[in-house]
Amino acid sequence: MSAPNNSFDPVEVTPLHPDEVARMREEALAAIEAAADLAELKEVRLAHASDRSPLALANREIGALPPAAKAEAGKRVGGARRDVGQALKARQAVLEAERDERVLIEERVDVTLPWDRVPRGARHPLTTTAERMADVFVGMGFEIAEGPEIEAEWFNFDALNFLPDHPARTMQDTFFVEGPQGGGSGLVMRTHTSPVQVRSLLTRELPVYVVAPGKTFRTDELDATHTPVFHQLEGLVVDKGITMAHLRGAIDTFVESFFGEALRTRFRASYFPFTEPSAEVDMECFVCHGASVGDPETPCRTCSSEGWIEIGGCGVVNPRVLTAAGVDPEVYSGWAFGLGVERTLMFAHGVRDMRDMVEGDVRFTSAFGSEI
Amino acid sequence: MRVPMTWLREYVELPTDVTARELASRLTLAGLEVETVDELGADLTGPIVFGRVLQIEELTGFKKPIRFCKVDVGSANGSGDPQEIVCGARNFSEGDLVVVSLPGAELPGGFKIGARKTYGKMSAGMICSATELGLWEDHSGIVVLPEGFGEVGADAIEPLGAREDVLDIAVTPDRGYALSMRGVARDVAALYGVDFHDPAEIAVAQPTGEGHPGAIADPALADRLVLRGATGFDPEAPTPLWMKRRLHQSGVRPVSLAVDVTNYVMLELGQPLHAWDRDRLTGTVTVRAAEAGEKLETLDHVQRSLDGDDIVIADESGAQAVAGVMGGLDTEIGLSSSNVLVEAAHFDPRRIARASRRHQLSSEASRRFERGIDSRLQPAAATRAVELLAELGGASVETAYTHVHHPGEPTTITVRTGHAGSVAGVDYPEGTTEKWLGAIGCVFEADGDVLTVTPPSWRPDLTDPNDLAEEIIRFEGYENIPSIGFKGFGRGLTAGQRLRRAVGRTLAAVGHNEVLSYPFLGERDLDGLQLEADDPRRVSMRLANPLNDEEPLLRTTLLPGLFKALARNVGRGVTDVDLFEMGLVYLPKPGASRAPLPPVDRAPSVAELDRIEAALPEQPRRVGVVIAGDVERAGWWGQGRAATWADAIQAARDVARVAGVELEVEADTRAPWHPGRCAALYVRGEGERVLVGHAGELHPRTVKAFSLPERTVAMEVDLDLIEGVRTKVTAPEVSTYPVATQDVALVVDASVPVARISAALAEGAGELLESVRLFDVYTGDQVGQGRKSVAFALRFRAADRTLTAEEAGAAREAAVALATERTGAVLRG
Repeated sequence: MSAPNNSFDPVEVTPLHPDEVARMREEALAAIEAAADLAELKEVRLAHASDRSPLALANREIGALPPAAKAEAGKRVGGARRDVGQALKARQAVLEAERDERVLIEERVDVTLPWDRVPRGARHPLTTTAERMADVFVGMGFEIAEGPEIEAEWFNFDALNFLPDHPARTMQDTFFVEGPQGGGSGLVMRTHTSPVQVRSLLTRELPVYVVAPGKTFRTDELDATHTPVFHQLEGLVVDKGITMAHLRGAIDTFVESFFGEALRTRFRASYFPFTEPSAEVDMECFVCHGASVGDPETPCRTCSSEGWIEIGGCGVVNPRVLTAAGVDPEVYSGWAFGLGVERTLMFAHGVRDMRDMVEGDVRFTSAFGSEI
Repeated sequence: MRVPMTWLREYVELPTDVTARELASRLTLAGLEVETVDELGADLTGPIVFGRVLQIEELTGFKKPIRFCKVDVGSANGSGDPQEIVCGARNFSEGDLVVVSLPGAELPGGFKIGARKTYGKMSAGMICSATELGLWEDHSGIVVLPEGFGEVGADAIEPLGAREDVLDIAVTPDRGYALSMRGVARDVAALYGVDFHDPAEIAVAQPTGEGHPGAIADPALADRLVLRGATGFDPEAPTPLWMKRRLHQSGVRPVSLAVDVTNYVMLELGQPLHAWDRDRLTGTVTVRAAEAGEKLETLDHVQRSLDGDDIVIADESGAQAVAGVMGGLDTEIGLSSSNVLVEAAHFDPRRIARASRRHQLSSEASRRFERGIDSRLQPAAATRAVELLAELGGASVETAYTHVHHPGEPTTITVRTGHAGSVAGVDYPEGTTEKWLGAIGCVFEADGDVLTVTPPSWRPDLTDPNDLAEEIIRFEGYENIPSIGFKGFGRGLTAGQRLRRAVGRTLAAVGHNEVLSYPFLGERDLDGLQLEADDPRRVSMRLANPLNDEEPLLRTTLLPGLFKALARNVGRGVTDVDLFEMGLVYLPKPGASRAPLPPVDRAPSVAELDRIEAALPEQPRRVGVVIAGDVERAGWWGQGRAATWADAIQAARDVARVAGVELEVEADTRAPWHPGRCAALYVRGEGERVLVGHAGELHPRTVKAFSLPERTVAMEVDLDLIEGVRTKVTAPEVSTYPVATQDVALVVDASVPVARISAALAEGAGELLESVRLFDVYTGDQVGQGRKSVAFALRFRAADRTLTAEEAGAAREAAVALATERTGAVLRG
């Protein structure tokens, strides 16, 4: 840019000559008017309204004029640029309106054409059900604990107060694992997720609030209602001053979360070696709400007209289990529960046949998507 | 345990308006789960009446002998004339009292009685057998009733007891006492707060002398043995109708009076009994351990080899019964036995349980013994049995009898009166504990709020304070436990747990479908994978009792399960299948020994836990993917795209990327993959390269072995290893200076892996490099035989300035120089 020069004659600065400015203005306005579409108008804008356009370059020269000439030149060039700017804006509006009316309509496609080029997959509904079940308890302040699927007999039975000759040890049809030379290995496929209770108590600081989802194994042939490989969600709380009333609270929260508010639950006295007292947990049938009981006219498939659906077992952790896990039963108490993931999925989503959850047919799985 | 309601009511003053169904729900809540309420005879409709056979005319000329009878049914048929009935049974005579169903009656199973012509005669009704009436199973003929049982023409349904509601209770292993009418009745009386009449409270006179000689060889086997004789028993005396009916209703088949009496007393009192033919016994009856090599043929006609742990009842000629499980055939009470010896004993429940399991023989007796019976009941039970034999079979009860007893230590439990309440979380009124302990037969002494409780002899399951708490809580009602909220101290999911979920979601989002296959494998599967004989994946854990003998192994790889699921989908007409599985595999530790069983009266020591862990196999979590058919479908947009080896590797990369870990890929040859299309996948942790899995196209032999579509591709990676090299991400500084892009085309030998070239470029380019990306591979005349041209886009950027063309050019040259040095690449151009 030039330095101020008082001897400079403004008339001699060609770009600022009134005729020249008028010419630049006219050229710009003509080009704007001639632009046929938005792309052309963009070109015109570059040519006549950008930093490198003639009017912009002329504007830069004003600074070199003597103070007396600046005002007049500024007014002249500024007016021209303003006219060009307004013309551009007006033409832009016209062309956009035209585009909206004509071009976009011409570009119309059939949006109902399918676009399933890359099919989506799905997670297994048992996986997502187990996660959702666990998350109900995570929300109550539980952590998720884990344990091995091939498990030591000591964890699966002895530590849980299944004494060697107690009939309860044969209640569960156990897969036994062979030892190296075909002898005993002291290992089984875990028959329940309950060994994770003992593992948690041995490795975690008290108090313990854990759930343990996982695979479990029993020697049942696969049919519509049985599978040798199934899933449980174990729950365990060991703390001071823990009672069955808290256990009931936990179970009720689970039932409400999965099956709806205001469903009644009930505990029935039962027996498990690792809990004492023990209970089976039933929830009110969420389909018939008990209306089918004793009414052969309206049978309920969901609860077999029992009015109640068994959803799991629970109880107060047997103090013998606490002792085997190194916890002082005089100071701490707790409770545990086991819920069936298959049962939960079957009831929550109307799965009728166990085999559908086992065979890996994508038509079954993909119906559930990635979350449940 | 099957409980007929009328039998139950003999011991419980149950209000008459309590129905079987109502009782069933109360009992179920209180821990005696009633599985079904059988309404026996509910479908029985009259007229079914007593009749007297007046005249029998034998009809001949048919395939079997047939009788045409005239039966007096009083006025029950309206006319008062004798009813004419054709009957195929032969076990009755003129003058017998029988049961007649008249036209219009309906028998169990919807069997309608009418008048019809048969064997050339009109038959109006039927003379009924016990089976037809649903009383018990008897195919020997019709029911002939004792004189005076009923009046001719009168309704027979009620007097016969043909209608009965029976509760079928699934007794849990701890409640052995409930395997008797006596035990169930006691709980029912407590639940309803009504009087209980204990059927075991009978007068048992002290023996007037020693009966049949008896002994217990070892008090550890049994602590009580009672032998009581009944002489002059009429072996042909029939079992009375009421007893047969109750046995049948209880699920026990009537056999003969002597056997029926022992079974009846077992159901009534819970004490299994054995009735010996005393004339077949030789000398002293001893409870002893079986001797090595001893054999015995049991009542079920099975020759059994006895174990040294078995308890036997022996006489001086050898073992005569597997104690508590089943009697022997030789001394079975028979149709000529008039000298009966009733044996009642209390055996060690654990040994009975072991014997029952060892001989795979679960009997009514063993079920009761292994759950625990009343340890003091034997004299009363034996007495009850011989008295029934006397009453029903004309026997004389011997006043001298044998009673061997080795007293043990009584169990006592110390418990606070408030214990049950603190377990339940309920504030029970004062005296609640004492009330229920008394109701179940406990005796106790109180010292302040501490009770010293002696459980009754029929409740060996009561050993701990919580056992007592359960009793109190169940009678107070489990349903009355309130529901209380609380809050734990959890810190959310672990990084690994979150990773697993994210991997699952990611794989699903990009098109894979999760399966959960069984972990059972057979040798055939391993052969199908084309594994060499020494492949470590052949070293697997083995089930001792597999469901399928062909699949005794536990998986060392996820692939066979995925292959089978894929083949199943294809078989069902789904041609494009893309599956994944996330799950454990089981890898035996070399030299692992048997897992120990530490005692449970304390926590295991660190050394004990270490030995347990050492015995367990490694159980890493794997992710596997298998894809067949198109991964991109054909459609109006154009062609589809079939899955290739690259999709398998990409699936592995997707898994690693979720963990924020980059996979390094290298060519490899490994079963079950195509040797030219198999990638080994590595991650880098602390500088060390770790092999995490393989991916690629499957070997054609594997494809064939598992009946997969051609060109099926698969991958399997170890998620635990990938998780192990995760590092915490430090936020990058994002440069806002412009990028400088430079492309390079290099010509290399066709065998040079692109991964090596791109690694060399990246290393050579130095820290200004932002990314390097392959965008073209060319083979053909322009580069010559055995050569290929690979083109990369390099992007450079500095954190603190705009790069000059010279700087970017220099970095590019350095990159090319290192690639040339490492791979022999030359700039194309």
